[in-house]
Amino acid sequence: MSNPAAPAARQPDQRGHPALIALAWLWVALPFSYGVWQLFTKITQLFST
Amino acid sequence: MTTVGFLDRSRIVARSGWSRWLVPPAALSIHLAIGSAYAWSVFKIPLEKSLHISGTASALPFTIGIVMLGLSAAVFGTRVDYYGPRWAMFVATVCFCTGLLIAGYGVSIRQYWLVVFGYGVIGGIGLGIGYISPVSTLIKWFPDRPGMATGLAIMGFGGGALIASPWTNSLLNAFGRNSRAGVANTFLVMGCTYAILMSMGWLLVRVPAPGWTPADWKPKPHKAGSLVTTASVSAANAIKTPQFWLLWVVLCFNVTAGIGVLEKASPIYQDFFPTAPTAAVLASAAAGYVALLSLANMLGRIGWSSLSDVLGRKNIYRLYLGGGALLYLTLAVTTNSNKVVFLVSTLLILSFYGAGFATIPAYLRDLFGTYEVGAIHGRLLTAWSAAGVLGPLIVNAIADSQKAAGKHGPDLYISSFTVMIALLVVGMICNELIRQVAPKHHEPRSPDDAVLALEADPDRQPERQP
Repeated sequence: MSNPAAPAARQPDQRGHPALIALAWLWVALPFSYGVWQLFTKITQLFST
Repeated sequence: MTTVGFLDRSRIVARSGWSRWLVPPAALSIHLAIGSAYAWSVFKIPLEKSLHISGTASALPFTIGIVMLGLSAAVFGTRVDYYGPRWAMFVATVCFCTGLLIAGYGVSIRQYWLVVFGYGVIGGIGLGIGYISPVSTLIKWFPDRPGMATGLAIMGFGGGALIASPWTNSLLNAFGRNSRAGVANTFLVMGCTYAILMSMGWLLVRVPAPGWTPADWKPKPHKAGSLVTTASVSAANAIKTPQFWLLWVVLCFNVTAGIGVLEKASPIYQDFFPTAPTAAVLASAAAGYVALLSLANMLGRIGWSSLSDVLGRKNIYRLYLGGGALLYLTLAVTTNSNKVVFLVSTLLILSFYGAGFATIPAYLRDLFGTYEVGAIHGRLLTAWSAAGVLGPLIVNAIADSQKAAGKHGPDLYISSFTVMIALLVVGMICNELIRQVAPKHHEPRSPDDAVLALEADPDRQPERQP
């Protein structure tokens, strides 16, 4: 468990692993996009009346 | 500290060069999976037909699952903070996916109690631990944008149902919608697939090294009277503060108000705007309206929660609660006279409902610090369980009594909307009453401080470790 009294030390911003970042976001974005696409197909029914 | 091997917090301290932008997808992989619980209704009719059970019985796994979500988040919250997010995400994966597999086995051997036990109890524990697992980690990685970070993860919980609903339907169609083998295979495929999806979460998640802060970020100087604390409050002490219980009421009533629309969204639309060429077209339009509400719910989680980083947590809850009350008032006054006003009002109400969930962890961080924010969040989620019972009860009871009184159309819902306004006003008053947490509840910063704190308040409990 983190120590609440730990001193704050500034470290350089971390921008490594661009391929891993892209893969990780794709891993969740693909199923999410499928869900959003299915949602939009239903929403169009509201405006077809 | 009890060792839990490669799941232990000490094994996932980020090395230099680790990007914090890897943590939100890790959190999302868990929330997108467990959020599928909200698509349970897809299983109801296939279960009723294949196992010959009633509608009430087929709803039981979901109801127990949501109750277990609140209970397990409250009970295991301290353990989640103690062992760390990898342990929590792994346990959530095992419980949630095992629950699905047990449910599938229960269907295949025609033992419905196994479906209730597997999905509701075991899966429900996975829901609770999974829901809170990434919260404190995200807040620590994004001290500059805690509302955005937790909003992103909790948006995933809303998104989980969007994926699960059409996907479950496709699986049921492929395997046999009304056969035991078809339903059992659907549970089996879902359990295995979610295990793979969720594994990315516990493999990828990291905690920041002690003292880590983002580059180019300076903590705002602490202002006198500000709600945002630099101190730490343990979960055991947090529940002794009025702030915790005021927030409990705020969350409970904000959720209840959202359920006021969500619970009866399809009938509300059809009663407000019954004009359509055929009944099928009207039902189809109502389904589109429900889908639009889901989108508002999801976007509210990330949008309003991110805005709370700029406006402040108290102000944004003024918007959710006060704005929500005004929108319900608008609905009660205008009823079905203007479709655009109806759509905008209900969509905003649902966006505030989702945002209420998403902004609460950041509000807790402001008031109690990051020390045991996951455990405190877990305890606060009992408000969700209470609202899950309270909301449908109010809305359905009032709608039934209005129908019995011979009312129809929008008149069926005016009383419900009035109750929701009252609840939101009470929630708003509670939000206004929230002040800084008293220093006697703070964790000591040094051994000397600990002695002083105990001298000042001998009843104060030290931190409880599992």
